[in-house]
Amino acid sequence: MIAVVDYDAGNLKSVETALEKLGADFFISSDHERLAAADKMIFPGVGEAAQAMKRLKSTSLDKVIREFAASGKPLFGICLGSQILFDHSEESDTPCLGILPGNVRQFSSEMGLKIPHMGWNTLKHSNHPLFKDLPQDKSFYFVHSYYVEPSDSADVIGTSDYGIEFTAAVARGNVMATQFHPEKSGEWGLQILRNFIAY
Amino acid sequence: MLQKRIVVCLDVRDGKTTKGIKFKGNIDIGDPVEMAAMYYEQGVDELVFYDITASAEKRGIMIDVVSRVAKTIFIPFCVGGGISSLEDMKKVIGAGAEKVSLNSAAVRNPDIINQGARHFGNQCIVLGMDALADEAMPSGYRVVIDGGRKHTGMDALAWAKEAESRGAGEIVLNSIDADGTREGYELTATRLISENVGIPVVASGGAGEPSHLADVLTKGKADAALIASMVHFGDYTVPGIKDYLHKENIPVRI
Repeated sequence: MIAVVDYDAGNLKSVETALEKLGADFFISSDHERLAAADKMIFPGVGEAAQAMKRLKSTSLDKVIREFAASGKPLFGICLGSQILFDHSEESDTPCLGILPGNVRQFSSEMGLKIPHMGWNTLKHSNHPLFKDLPQDKSFYFVHSYYVEPSDSADVIGTSDYGIEFTAAVARGNVMATQFHPEKSGEWGLQILRNFIAY
Repeated sequence: MLQKRIVVCLDVRDGKTTKGIKFKGNIDIGDPVEMAAMYYEQGVDELVFYDITASAEKRGIMIDVVSRVAKTIFIPFCVGGGISSLEDMKKVIGAGAEKVSLNSAAVRNPDIINQGARHFGNQCIVLGMDALADEAMPSGYRVVIDGGRKHTGMDALAWAKEAESRGAGEIVLNSIDADGTREGYELTATRLISENVGIPVVASGGAGEPSHLADVLTKGKADAALIASMVHFGDYTVPGIKDYLHKENIPVRI
């Protein structure tokens, strides 16, 4: 059973419809006990880091997510959910969950590129189980102005290019995350979710 | 590398996809959910649904369409037309749309952009802007509303910048001069807006053949190109257009 964390950070509808399409056994909840009892957890999120952390703290969901990560059960962060797993974000100078070592940085507008980085971009990836049956250089849907910078380069399992090469996917043991939205990335995105379901 | 997006637009009236034909009015051309599924299969990057339902009572039909589309396709889609309050946005996004497009309502009440951006994030808020060439305006383009029927005193570039500062995450620029001509996008206006805002610009109006998309995505500096009749009537297909753009060395998702 997969738990999708509901902390009122953006729209969970697309994650829900994608999991339904894949026939996954899942529920969406903010209930501490139900979340803790799940076999796997998806931690989505769209929006602003400081607001999201504030909501996680006020509901004590920050503790639930940290404990889940520490339990060794698979945890998958998406977009803002990926960024918040790290130590700190430059967005509003926000201390984050500190589950993954590293920081979240803002794309520089000095390169003349539009911010947010919005649209389809190609992914180069390692042979992590999340990418089983996924060819290189397939496109995924991104919408973000910040990107993660893991302290341990061994945690990087996927990269994309937007003026600079940036980390698009990370994994450290049971904790994995993508900056892009697999639930909005067509059939290859669904393949990644399928791989997480089977993980 | 970030790819240029091909966006297919479907006008929806009373739950049916419709298309305006010169001198004939609107004709129904299919079921929006089935058409969305077809374009998804063909590899379209994004879809836009404009609700042109005239009566407020029938707006509920559109929410049902949005909710069925969300269960069918797994790419971003935007909904516009008749959205004039935070409540309207909540309904559409709650039904599964990724973005909402604000057009005339944003001109009448610009603060709705701020409200939407605060509540859902900038990435969810698209400014839809109809522009008309007008030498009397500082940028050379005037904003019009209500499907081009009503003029405003607003300068198109000034409005684009204001919308960005209020929190719009993207601009769909529709040229009323080019719309329906099938002779190509309005390159000058598109380039002017795109080079002067920091958010993506989607070009709309005038697409008749694949070279028009190539032009607007290169010379026009657009981040995405919106098409409708070109594909709705079978003259071209999304994969065919993408193949053409790929051969022209324009980065597209294939």
